Amino acid sequence: MAAETPAFETAIGRTNAVAVCFFIAFVVATLGITWWAARRSRTARDFYAAGRKISGFQNGLALAGDYMSAASFLGIAGMVALRGYDGLIYSVGFLVGWPIILFLIAEPLRNLGKYTFADVVAFRLHRAPIRAAAALGALFTVLIYLIAQMVGAGTLFSLLFGLPYSWAVIGVGVLMMAYVLWGGMLATTWVQIIKAVLLIGGATLLVVLILVRFSFDPARLITAARERYGQPFLEPGGLVENPLDAVSLGLALMFGTAGLPHILMRFYTVPDARAARRSVLYATGFIGYFYILTFTIGFGAAVLAGQDVIRHFDAGGNMAAPLLAEVLGGKAFLGFLSAVAFATILAVVAGLTLAGASAFSHDLFVGVVRKGHSAEGDEVFVAKLATVALGVLAIGFGILFQGQNVAFMVGLAFAVAASANFPALLLSILWRRFTTAGAVASILSGVVLSSVLILLSPTVWVEVLKRPVAIFPLKNPAVFSMAASFAAGILVSLLKREPEAEMKFEDEKLRTYLGIGAD
Amino acid sequence: MSPSSEHRRILDDPEFRSLVLTRDRLSTALTVVMLAVYFGFIALVAWGRGVIGADIGGGFTAGVPIGIGVILFSIILTALYVRWANVRYDALVDRVRRDLGEGHGS
Repeated sequence: MAAETPAFETAIGRTNAVAVCFFIAFVVATLGITWWAARRSRTARDFYAAGRKISGFQNGLALAGDYMSAASFLGIAGMVALRGYDGLIYSVGFLVGWPIILFLIAEPLRNLGKYTFADVVAFRLHRAPIRAAAALGALFTVLIYLIAQMVGAGTLFSLLFGLPYSWAVIGVGVLMMAYVLWGGMLATTWVQIIKAVLLIGGATLLVVLILVRFSFDPARLITAARERYGQPFLEPGGLVENPLDAVSLGLALMFGTAGLPHILMRFYTVPDARAARRSVLYATGFIGYFYILTFTIGFGAAVLAGQDVIRHFDAGGNMAAPLLAEVLGGKAFLGFLSAVAFATILAVVAGLTLAGASAFSHDLFVGVVRKGHSAEGDEVFVAKLATVALGVLAIGFGILFQGQNVAFMVGLAFAVAASANFPALLLSILWRRFTTAGAVASILSGVVLSSVLILLSPTVWVEVLKRPVAIFPLKNPAVFSMAASFAAGILVSLLKREPEAEMKFEDEKLRTYLGIGAD
Repeated sequence: MSPSSEHRRILDDPEFRSLVLTRDRLSTALTVVMLAVYFGFIALVAWGRGVIGADIGGGFTAGVPIGIGVILFSIILTALYVRWANVRYDALVDRVRRDLGEGHGS
């Protein structure tokens, strides 16, 4: 190993006392919050929606926390460090979905629904088929995203601390179950808020330390990157050599955000539509600021740590930010940032699991099995069972997929969210003529097409299955699967009218627009 | 729930109708602007390599302010909508809810 290592002493890969201390502090604090939240969580509304008592500002931070996964922090910083400008395409793409959520989704979602986005789709339509289809879309999105996070957690912590892979996966799974089972949405929200503050604070500190090296002049940083890696570092390159692929990726990033169940669910934790609206503004501000930071961190890592060193530790670049932290702040800062990365994964996984559990319990169990009527206690009990089941599944798949390239899975989750969840949600809010059959057709075609096409795409067919040529040429299927999902929803709705749903559309305008009668 | 005559009256109220129309138009317009800006950025990335890499003096290349500009633009657009809604929209929501004799909040 020493032979190809450019002279660089590092604490990465060893147990780091500072990291362990920060990490224990985080776990103790969050378990304390869980204990506090458990005493305040009794009803289904508490469990799913934190009693709807979260403020717009708090929810903005929690949304940002849910959204800024370790993949986006370590992954984007790494991508910028290794590929330069290409990484910025992701930074920008991950943010632009937020205004769309505000303009089209947030307020009607809050006014029409109770706990899940299926509430909104099912509002005017026939309950059982919509609940079943929407739960399928939600669970599929959540499970893929969850597995990607678990594999990320295992890989990251064996890399960072030399910890056995399966320990990290089991540890994340067990802690996450504890938060969700006992503390419900209230604990999950506060874990999310703490993590968001730590992550934004850590990234800010890292950027300040970078800028100190360049006398607070970003132009010097850019010039240094150009001197070292040449002009191509500052120009778009191979990531988007095919324009249609670039558009497809853009669609998935933009509209996938507006179809992620764990994000949508957050809008039910605030008291009303105006708080929902404000929370998007805060979230957009925090996330935008954070992505500008990751971009700077990527440049800093390329210049101060160097691409060779970064690649040496992880070919995908995930170690760029931790390495940079060590260069700038020594072992202590590395430890702090590693603990923050762990907290990040833990928080995101908890949010995902809660969203999956509510799709299972609120949509499938109450909506389909119990035909819309169920005792609240039963519903919460089933949600907790589903939490355990999802936790065990996540741990199992996490261990099963050890060493697999799962980078495509986050992309897949966004493609499914954009193709299966978003079109049905948007059409049900905007379009009077949307029917039950249309919604089911839209969701199912979105789920099936996006997953089949991604299987046949270069990302899985060539890179994972090692076949020579991909059957489907694009790396991201969203441009086709999302268009097909909209087309299916519209065409099937036009085939046969549903007068009852059309009538309700007019009648429920007071609720959609003014929140009158909203839960 | 079936709409009462009170609800009917609000649904037919010209002020409610015009505000709903304004909101629909505003959110559609802002969505279109956001899409145009983002896909304009994607198009530039796909075809405008030279523009992104162009030196704009002081050590910067055009791509850096363009990328960060798209992020800031998204935040500004979001803020504009929230500001409009806080002032205009909430006033109507409050008035109608008062007319209906409903307390605010759930």
